[in-house]
Amino acid sequence: MEERINIKEILNKYKGKKRELISLLQAIQDKYGYLPEESIRQLSRFLNVSENEVYGVATFYESFRLTPPGKHLITVCMGTACHVRGAPRVLEELQRELQIKEKETTKDGLFTLEIVNCVGACALGPIIIIDNQYYGQMTSQKARELLKKYREKERHGE
Amino acid sequence: MENENIRLEELEIKRKSIIEKRKRYKRLITICGGTGCQAYNCREVFEKFKKLIEQKNLKNKIELKITGCHGFCERGPIVVIQPEGIFYQKVTPDDVEEIINETIINKKIIDRLLYIDPITNCKIEKEKEVPFYKKQKRLIFGNNGLIDPTNIEDYLAIGGYKALAKVLTEMKPEEVINEIKHSGLRGRGGAGFLTGLKWEICRKASGTEKYIICNCDEGDPGAYMDRSLLEGNPHSVLEGMIIGAYAIGAHRGYIYVRKEYPLAVKNISQAVRQALEWNFLGKNILGSGFSFSVDIVQGAGAFVSGEETALIASIEGRRAFPVPRPPYPAERGLWKKPTNINNVETWANVPLIISKGAQWYSQIGTETSKGTKIFSLVGKINNTGLVEVPMGTTLREIIFEIGGGIPNGKKFKAVQTGGPSGGCIPENLLDLPIDFESLSEAGSMMGSGGMIVMDEDTCMVDVARYFLTFTQHESCGKCVPCRIGTRQMVQILNRIVKGDGKAEDIVKLEELAQTVKNGSLCGLGQTAPNPVLTTLKYFRKEYEAHIYDKKCPAKVCTALIAYYILPEKCVGCLLCLKNCPVEAISGERKKVHVIDQEKCIKCGMCQEVCPPKVNAVIKLSGKKELENITKEIEGKGG
Ligand SMILES: Cc1cc2nc3c(=O)[nH]c(=O)nc-3n(C[C@H](O)[C@H](O)[C@H](O)COP(=O)(O)O)c2cc1C
Ligand code: FES
Repeated sequence: MEERINIKEILNKYKGKKRELISLLQAIQDKYGYLPEESIRQLSRFLNVSENEVYGVATFYESFRLTPPGKHLITVCMGTACHVRGAPRVLEELQRELQIKEKETTKDGLFTLEIVNCVGACALGPIIIIDNQYYGQMTSQKARELLKKYREKERHGE
Repeated sequence: MENENIRLEELEIKRKSIIEKRKRYKRLITICGGTGCQAYNCREVFEKFKKLIEQKNLKNKIELKITGCHGFCERGPIVVIQPEGIFYQKVTPDDVEEIINETIINKKIIDRLLYIDPITNCKIEKEKEVPFYKKQKRLIFGNNGLIDPTNIEDYLAIGGYKALAKVLTEMKPEEVINEIKHSGLRGRGGAGFLTGLKWEICRKASGTEKYIICNCDEGDPGAYMDRSLLEGNPHSVLEGMIIGAYAIGAHRGYIYVRKEYPLAVKNISQAVRQALEWNFLGKNILGSGFSFSVDIVQGAGAFVSGEETALIASIEGRRAFPVPRPPYPAERGLWKKPTNINNVETWANVPLIISKGAQWYSQIGTETSKGTKIFSLVGKINNTGLVEVPMGTTLREIIFEIGGGIPNGKKFKAVQTGGPSGGCIPENLLDLPIDFESLSEAGSMMGSGGMIVMDEDTCMVDVARYFLTFTQHESCGKCVPCRIGTRQMVQILNRIVKGDGKAEDIVKLEELAQTVKNGSLCGLGQTAPNPVLTTLKYFRKEYEAHIYDKKCPAKVCTALIAYYILPEKCVGCLLCLKNCPVEAISGERKKVHVIDQEKCIKCGMCQEVCPPKVNAVIKLSGKKELENITKEIEGKGG
């Protein structure tokens, strides 16, 4: 996979100024779902900054991923409103069921678990988002059933 | 020319024709399309309306729109029918046909969809009569529910860009600054600095190249008013920025939006394009000779990047490290040029002040804090949502009259304002009229407007630990006291919630808090200890219970609680046994179940699944309580 990474198309839309770095990283992540090593190499050449610096910026900001995400991205809101309504228990249940911690991907490559602070749907909290679909008023039990559903769908889909 | 340049007289002619064109509609159906309602699938409701309106040939009579957030997120999806203002809540696609047949055609109200006032138990028909809205003063936020944020004509129809026209034709930049100064407007991003004064400093700063920035990083985890403004009424923010740019003498502006807000990015981007087409942005705006353009920059997820100097670093493509001030951005900011940075809500206040005048504006609010403030009222509260009230409204009014009090008959414990920089305010301060000063005096902060309500089931030590863990994680690491001090504080708090707290921990926390406050460069570190200090001040007993009695009074801290099945209540249904993730429960059908305390991980699943009418699982905390229950259960031979 890595060899075929080519970000020329993305780079063509930019001028090559250093201030475009974050926006470029976002564009690359939008395309690949993460920041492939090779893309960083090409980006560093394009902007004429060291790979080190690119990594420095990429790791400073929460939203960048350096490894490919799983097939389904599970985002758990840990904002204050969700926290006081029991989000930690939902998160713990997901971690236990998936056997992973935040920012990790399950061995079968199906799920990646991420944490976010407030998605602005606090009325529905605790909230989790799976592939852009919002699920509100979560409990640990509901979260577990939700996972079951996704797993079943995978089994039948293939 | 590609764009048709609309001059001022032409603008008014066009505005009239937009308003004329709309008169043919007899009815307007608005569907709330904020992120909250989108999560409730309001799109499907919209599609259904659209389909039926077409099928029934009502297209010429009914105007249908998805609007920005109406604020009452608890009750979404929300549908409001104008001109009557009929308010339907929790509408599903299945209700749509009935709404059209009954309400639109037969002019009848559908009882089932009305909101019931939980206090009087009365059904309420009109949006403005809902108690949630009645006590508010929705100067900035109110238009959200009336306009389609993706359609500039909607904004023009309610008088949009009139303030800009006024400024460009009638006012000198200095006059604009004076007007804002006289209004008393203070920044809504946290610190409450006088906006007019800030503009003046930037205007007077030397150099011709100047920038303005709109801060929509909204890092407070639990607040979303900035997002709702940018999403629901982007042109009002834009209009404020253009007026500010004219006053300051800037020709380029940036809107910095948090990445978690995709809809806001989409709507503001579209608004910028439309404003360009209409020549509210671009060269020679409305023929005035003034030029201004705006770029949108997406944040990448770092709380500290909301701090102004860090935000500037981020726009420049660097890591978001704050730098010491002075020099303030007004003198030396983006690319070392004078830069004026304001919060979203601050910008949105500007057109209003220009239109209605500083005199009018300054009558709203308190002596030192003018105008209204939007709060995001969330947590353990009946009416979650966005609330706009005049400064000086009391916390009690907001929480109990607008917010409808605490759900499930629980008792109020505290309200947290100001986000991670703020503090927890206890019940005896609920009559505090809120403004910048009063909140600071209480040890908290206005912050950007987060307001998280907590009830008796919220543990204040856990809340303090939550915020401190957040700031510790978000600390950029530049200042040692902030980096190390917050980490030590988190360690102590972790120890306390685990039941390993020591007597001297409270004093240690207080000492560390002072060190972090005094030794940090930016507001993040300077305010990070506030959640700990306020909870220590107002809820010290809870800390002491954790430390001395190994008890979490709210029964939140896992290490200090235990679940038990009451033998006299258990019916032996096997539900908890089957659902326990670690197989800690033993028992047989129709026989009392028992939890193996050694195996139990205290996830609470058994209590969740135990049928409410059985209600056999109890949660306990405290050394004494646990000893008692063991004796009791053993005594019964459970
Ligand atoms: C750690 C930290 C985070 C901040 N986050 C935000 C934010 O998310 N939004 C915001 O408008 N201001 C934020 N501020 C305040 C800004 O530095 C700045 O004061 C504000 O944007 C100025 O606008 P105003 O005068 O209109 O309030 C933050 C400050 C600190 C210290
Ligand atoms: S705190 Fe979770 S959506 Fe706001």
